Amino acid sequence: MTTRPDTAAHPAGLDDPLTDALVSTRRFFTRGEVSPDRRALYQVGGRQADTFYRDRWSHDKVVRSTHGVNCTGSCSWKVYVKDGIITWESQQTDYPSVGPDRPEYEPRGCPRGAAFSWYTYSPTRVRYPYVRGVLLEMFRAAKAAHGGDPVAAWRELVSDPETARRYKSVRGKGGLVRATWAEATELIAAAHVHTIKAYGPDRLAGFSPIPAMSMVSHAAGARFYNLIGGAMLSFYDWYADLPVASPQMFGDQTDVPESGDWWDAGYLIMWGSNLPVTRTPDAHWMAEARYRGQKVIAVAPDYADNVKFADEWLAVQPGTDGALAMAMGHVVLKEFFVDRQVEYFTDYVTRFTDLPFLITLEEADGGGYRPGKMLTAADLDEHADSEHAAFKTVLLDADGTPLVPNGSLGFRYGETGQGRWNLDLAGVRPLLSVDGGDEPPVEVLLPRFDGGSGQAGPMRRGVPVRRVAGRLVTTAFDLLLAQYGVRRVDLPGQWPAGYNDAEQPYTPAWQAAITGVPGPAAARIAREFAANAEQSRGRSMIIMGAGTNHWFHSDTIYRSFLALTTMTGCQGVNGGGWAHYVGQEKVRPITGYSVLGTAADWSRPGRQMIQTAYWYLHTDQFRYDPFSAATLSTGQDGGAFAGMSTADVIAASARMGWMPSYPTFDRNPLELADEAKAAGVPVADHIVGLLKAGELRFACEDPDAPENFPRILTVWRANLLGSSAKGNEYFLRHLLGTDHAVRADEAPPGVRPRDVRWHDEAPTGKLDLLVSLDFRMTSTTVYSDVVLPAATWYEKHDLNTTDMHPFVHSFNPAIAPPWQTRTDWDAFMAIAGEFSRLAATHLGTRTDVVAAPLLHDTPDELANPHGRVRDWKTGATDPVPGVSMPKLVPVERDYAAVAQKMGALGPLLDTLGATTKGVTFDVGREIDYLRQKNGTVRGGVADGRPSIARDVQACEAILALSGTTNGHLATQGFRTLEGRTGVKLADLSAEHEGKQITFADTQSRPTPVITSPEWSGSESGGRRYSPFVINVERLKPWHTLTGRQSFYLDHDWMAELGEWLPVYRPPLNMHALFGEPSVGDTGELGVTVRYLTPHNKWSIHSEYQDNLFMLSLSRGGQSIWMSKEDAAKIGVADNDWVEAVNRNGVVVARAVVSHRMPEGTVYMHHAQDRLIDVPRTETNGRRGGIHNSLTRLLIKPTHLVGGYAQLSFAFNYLGPTGNQRDEVTVIRRRAQEVQY
Amino acid sequence: MRVMAQMAMVMNLDKCIGCHTCSVTCKQAWTNRTGVEYVWFNNVETRPGQGYPRRYEDQQTWRGGWKLNRRGRLALKDGGRFRKLFTIFANPKLPAIGDYYEPWTYDYETLTSAPLQEHTPVARPKSLISGKDMKISWSANWDDDLGGAPDHGDKDVLLAGIADKVRFEFQQTFMFYLPRICEHCLNPSCAASCPSGAIYKRAEDGIVLVDQDRCRGWRMCVTGCPYKKVYFNHRTGKAEKCTFCFPRVEVGIPTVCSETCVGRLRYIGLILYDADRVLAAASTPDEHGLYEAQRQVFLDPHDPAVIAEAERAGIPRDWIDAAQRSPVYALINRYRVALPLHPEYRTMPMVWYIPPLSPVVDVVRDTGYDAEDSGNLFAAIEALRIPVDYLAQLFTAGEVAPVDAVLRRLAAMRSYLRDINLGRDADESIPAAVGMTGEQMYDMYRLLALAKYDERY
Repeated sequence: MTTRPDTAAHPAGLDDPLTDALVSTRRFFTRGEVSPDRRALYQVGGRQADTFYRDRWSHDKVVRSTHGVNCTGSCSWKVYVKDGIITWESQQTDYPSVGPDRPEYEPRGCPRGAAFSWYTYSPTRVRYPYVRGVLLEMFRAAKAAHGGDPVAAWRELVSDPETARRYKSVRGKGGLVRATWAEATELIAAAHVHTIKAYGPDRLAGFSPIPAMSMVSHAAGARFYNLIGGAMLSFYDWYADLPVASPQMFGDQTDVPESGDWWDAGYLIMWGSNLPVTRTPDAHWMAEARYRGQKVIAVAPDYADNVKFADEWLAVQPGTDGALAMAMGHVVLKEFFVDRQVEYFTDYVTRFTDLPFLITLEEADGGGYRPGKMLTAADLDEHADSEHAAFKTVLLDADGTPLVPNGSLGFRYGETGQGRWNLDLAGVRPLLSVDGGDEPPVEVLLPRFDGGSGQAGPMRRGVPVRRVAGRLVTTAFDLLLAQYGVRRVDLPGQWPAGYNDAEQPYTPAWQAAITGVPGPAAARIAREFAANAEQSRGRSMIIMGAGTNHWFHSDTIYRSFLALTTMTGCQGVNGGGWAHYVGQEKVRPITGYSVLGTAADWSRPGRQMIQTAYWYLHTDQFRYDPFSAATLSTGQDGGAFAGMSTADVIAASARMGWMPSYPTFDRNPLELADEAKAAGVPVADHIVGLLKAGELRFACEDPDAPENFPRILTVWRANLLGSSAKGNEYFLRHLLGTDHAVRADEAPPGVRPRDVRWHDEAPTGKLDLLVSLDFRMTSTTVYSDVVLPAATWYEKHDLNTTDMHPFVHSFNPAIAPPWQTRTDWDAFMAIAGEFSRLAATHLGTRTDVVAAPLLHDTPDELANPHGRVRDWKTGATDPVPGVSMPKLVPVERDYAAVAQKMGALGPLLDTLGATTKGVTFDVGREIDYLRQKNGTVRGGVADGRPSIARDVQACEAILALSGTTNGHLATQGFRTLEGRTGVKLADLSAEHEGKQITFADTQSRPTPVITSPEWSGSESGGRRYSPFVINVERLKPWHTLTGRQSFYLDHDWMAELGEWLPVYRPPLNMHALFGEPSVGDTGELGVTVRYLTPHNKWSIHSEYQDNLFMLSLSRGGQSIWMSKEDAAKIGVADNDWVEAVNRNGVVVARAVVSHRMPEGTVYMHHAQDRLIDVPRTETNGRRGGIHNSLTRLLIKPTHLVGGYAQLSFAFNYLGPTGNQRDEVTVIRRRAQEVQY
Repeated sequence: MRVMAQMAMVMNLDKCIGCHTCSVTCKQAWTNRTGVEYVWFNNVETRPGQGYPRRYEDQQTWRGGWKLNRRGRLALKDGGRFRKLFTIFANPKLPAIGDYYEPWTYDYETLTSAPLQEHTPVARPKSLISGKDMKISWSANWDDDLGGAPDHGDKDVLLAGIADKVRFEFQQTFMFYLPRICEHCLNPSCAASCPSGAIYKRAEDGIVLVDQDRCRGWRMCVTGCPYKKVYFNHRTGKAEKCTFCFPRVEVGIPTVCSETCVGRLRYIGLILYDADRVLAAASTPDEHGLYEAQRQVFLDPHDPAVIAEAERAGIPRDWIDAAQRSPVYALINRYRVALPLHPEYRTMPMVWYIPPLSPVVDVVRDTGYDAEDSGNLFAAIEALRIPVDYLAQLFTAGEVAPVDAVLRRLAAMRSYLRDINLGRDADESIPAAVGMTGEQMYDMYRLLALAKYDERY
């Protein structure tokens, strides 16, 4: 329908003839050409007046760099420099191609990154070292009084409580004064030396998160702390980004598809993941894949940015995602496994999951059965004597004969498993169900948690059974159907009458009442998801994010998601499976980075601590828990956790060697070693003897005793106190000893810890020294005793990788570090130098003893057959290091040589190689290469070793020592793995065997990495990275008990919580636990709402809220989003000041009122530091808090399980999450005149 | 026929993630300096929303663009140019700084320099206009993601005629993003408003620029531009505006906003048009005819007659080649999925938009509606959350049919490609239903979905 403009009727013209005449004179006065119709003035380009803009668009050079922490984007940027000044940045577009038939990576980036250069010259830049004036004066005076000995000076400062209180109590209150690097590092070094001497090296801690984004900067401090014996604090679990369900189900930390693989999906659910905000550089893949016919679903409580792209929006109630997923699983199991069998699905779950494996049933009190342990070869007479029989799981072949297939954990270690650790079933088609045997079915008692209080209720459902080796068994699949309430004929128990049965878990109607998502919609999405997987052979994907992962019970939420992607055969398939994008941790060149970061080239093991438990104890948050860990149990009497507080559970986990614990003992480990030496016994024997005699205790059993305090904390690349510190106010109170806003009561007698010692008065100011390195002022620097000025990401060399795409690229200095700033590598070298100088006289060479937990991907995970708890403290077993308690490893520390060791690759690599996920690489060739490439050190302890004194050398070392960046190593690793598995693997990296990525390569453009046994996916032949492809296509086992993806977890503590299988557990009931008002309560103090802290559109991931550009594009300060309904209840208009108060703290912020928010929930996006336009509160008259002032740590006991198969510790792999989503707050309109 | 060449842009709003990277990279490159702190040559608005500056689309107030006078002749909305010459010293029809926003910074240095004091140091906002403490109550992007919409969303100018179709209720929520730069119009009312003749249109590529030497700061252009994309630099006293990054474009690299667009939704290309027909097209009596009229002004770069005329007009061979390969031309005239922004302003804008799809409304979602049925999935245009009427207010002076046609083409493309994606036979009836061939549809898919760098620009 084209219509020509009707020009005939009205001759076109401008204005009127008089104006025309006047305006037409313009042509005589202008240089350009006036159009004949006199509308417009035309000029030809190259005019003088253009000069300003041409000058503005001119620069001397463009330097490649990127942004180095917390943001996981890993975008490559062009940094423009003119006259030696960084002017601005824009994105690089020279990424490797994804292929001619797909969208490319370019131009990855986001507004936060585009605004980064603002920091370079901003007034918040830290230009010089600073020390709090009070402290510096006292230190100088003390040093003078001690003849210039800084170590003695520090001892004096911290030994006198009143002196210490003087500088600790003013933390965070200004008064920083400039110092020199020399003086600042001397103070830091003196504090370290004194603390090691007086309390032990494990009283020191370093925190820096997410190495992938700038691994050399991270390794700088990590290497220093590992060399001196300090503890490095974890981050992935601490941030609650670690999906505990991943190690539980996959035996893997997290391995996910690159964003380019979204393109391959035919069906995509974005579940609690707001891609445009949190995955800004990659969101285009999702937008574009829709054009390929991909259907997109958004599950989000609010109308989030990503909902715009969805075909359908499921507005789920916050924290109830698990209920929706369980109902979807119900539909999939019913329609695709029971009503009809899909060959692809059945075949997949039979070969790649534990569903066909046999589970023993145990008789329950009062009739019926409970799920028990997995049947193993140890239970079968003919196999009982085989190597590691208790770790070889059993299934039935088609005839119903018990079979011990290859691939389970029992084949992973030891002689007889060589060549048999694989998923080859040798033609056997196992039974998925034991249905059809001679035994009558039995009822199984399963818990349900949908009763509102969160307490367990009973559910009785029948399963078919058989008797094997005298035991009543069923399959994991049979139990799964019972759990999901999918009935087959002739089974006893209580079953849903149909999808519309709202009473019985887990039907679509049942979930509707919980989630708010209509039952038919839930059922249909499930059906579509599975149907797409059937048609596309596994190309259905769930992108899951922090909205579903930061809850107390997120492991259950995730297991219900993973059940969906696994039962439909989507894991290990391009375009399918889980896509967990929260805190991407993937250091692609992991082996090289690990060597440098843990200093494994000089000494092993390092001390790696689970940060959540660390702060739960050391900031005394455990004192405010008025309930027992048994609250979470299914048993009537609290079962295994009866009478135990969460702190008691942490202590139990630590002493059994499950999770690490530092400080470890209530005595200096150097002294323990000295004592052993004096007594002439091995130090491990000495310690075991003391423990048995009750003369030595674990420090975590008495965290409030001064000898057990953490004494020094160094933070770099992080903003602990303005961002990630859940329970921020408890940190300020107990760790720092300064003003705080804690309002909670301590646990009353009767519910206090049983084993962990209670002090009547809680200590404050435990920390003697807080050091931070940063380029900008944050709460962490403001509260620090010493602040060191750091180079920005545009002022250093480093390497950058991420989960999101398979390449490695570089940081490069656009300018040299300005003022007195230094790179992290440089700064820690300086600290190490000063430390070594002072240590030479004060410490010398000492023997340390490291208590190391039982590690995943090592034979340690065979320590506890069947996951049975044996606590030596209760006499259930003997304390045996490495079995029933931590390994006790003596480590010699030449403290005067720390600086030399920092700057050279040590000799342990020659003898022990480098190990990642159980594969040990021989790196002799690489060491020789690095000697040539980097040059060798002359003289000292590192004589003849490759130098890594400079950051570029460290980059080269990381690249050379990793399979992903060195094809020779990748192939070598695959060959090693071929020996264990007996399957072909080395061809995966053969195409790149001769390729070795150098730092220069990463400087020229982002360089694709090489398929390597360090990861589970494959990039071979240029395909997109998807996890577990090697497992599925090459039959390499997962690192789990069965070697398959694990639906079923049979550890004692998992059973105690009723979490053998995917299950729905609601958000914690803060009313029941802490006496907070219930959500929706409205009173004088305001309205009670669920308090969520999602990712912020205007911060660089979780930091950098202070950027002026970002503040100008948003609200200019702290804000809390709320629904118009909640706003109306408390009379709040948009931009009003509001005050949010709960027992944990107080926040003052501006309200953003929007109808896109659901009633009953507010968002305070993280991270919102207290430094920008935050007034004082009405509640306590002090400066308002941060988003984490209203949260606190709550630890789930099952996250502390260790020492058993995939439920074994590895750093940032498994550990309690610092979840913060279950919180509530009261919020009200406050006086609009504010005081600062 | 008088062939002229014009650099033009198409933004695919369906792909816009609202990230504002374009705004920041543009600001950093061009307006990160005194006098233009409040200026964003490129901004991104959440719609529904008021935009930046507030309610800029309210031409009853701001008097931007053109109107047809009683004789059917094109006249500046703000009283015609004759009047302008006589009111040169008084121009009340300008947005005030508060309509943009009062720019600010913070006393960040206090975080380092604060003496020992009772409370934690804090950086307070300071006006970049007055230097004084200020209370932040509006920003360049205040209503981002529907922030504050219940309080002031009804001030969205577009809602005037369709208020009954937009409710600021949770269940009815919708939003999308609208990135905006200068339209580099074929019929620029800013230029026509300038008493000094300082605003000119580059003859070779149609980029509209302010001659910084000639500008006398009358600010008539600010009033004259209905998009409010000419800004007043309060330090130099001159007008400034988006330059289409001519120093970059001249050497063959895309504008900053385009190249840094993370959503990969911006296309730049050359359009050949008949300059002789612009005035007539802009004078099309019926506002609903303006979209079509402007399309007719564009010349087919493959037409031998057009090529001959272009060569006669001195347009180089490689420019004609560029016009033939132009993704902008393809999206506007070949696939007809791009639409002009507010054609009713009669400026003949040259930044066009592909309107966005959106989720279906709850009532459809909650029932047995089956997505695997392609006919069903993509026939639900009327069930999309964004009211088509709202989009029509933006792109077609309120006429629904062209917007509806675009959305159907996008939906059909998804449906058609789904079969191919899943390895099924392609259903040729799908493109036919929206007036396309399968090959055309596949080509359009490549341009929209693959959107390779060298095909976007």
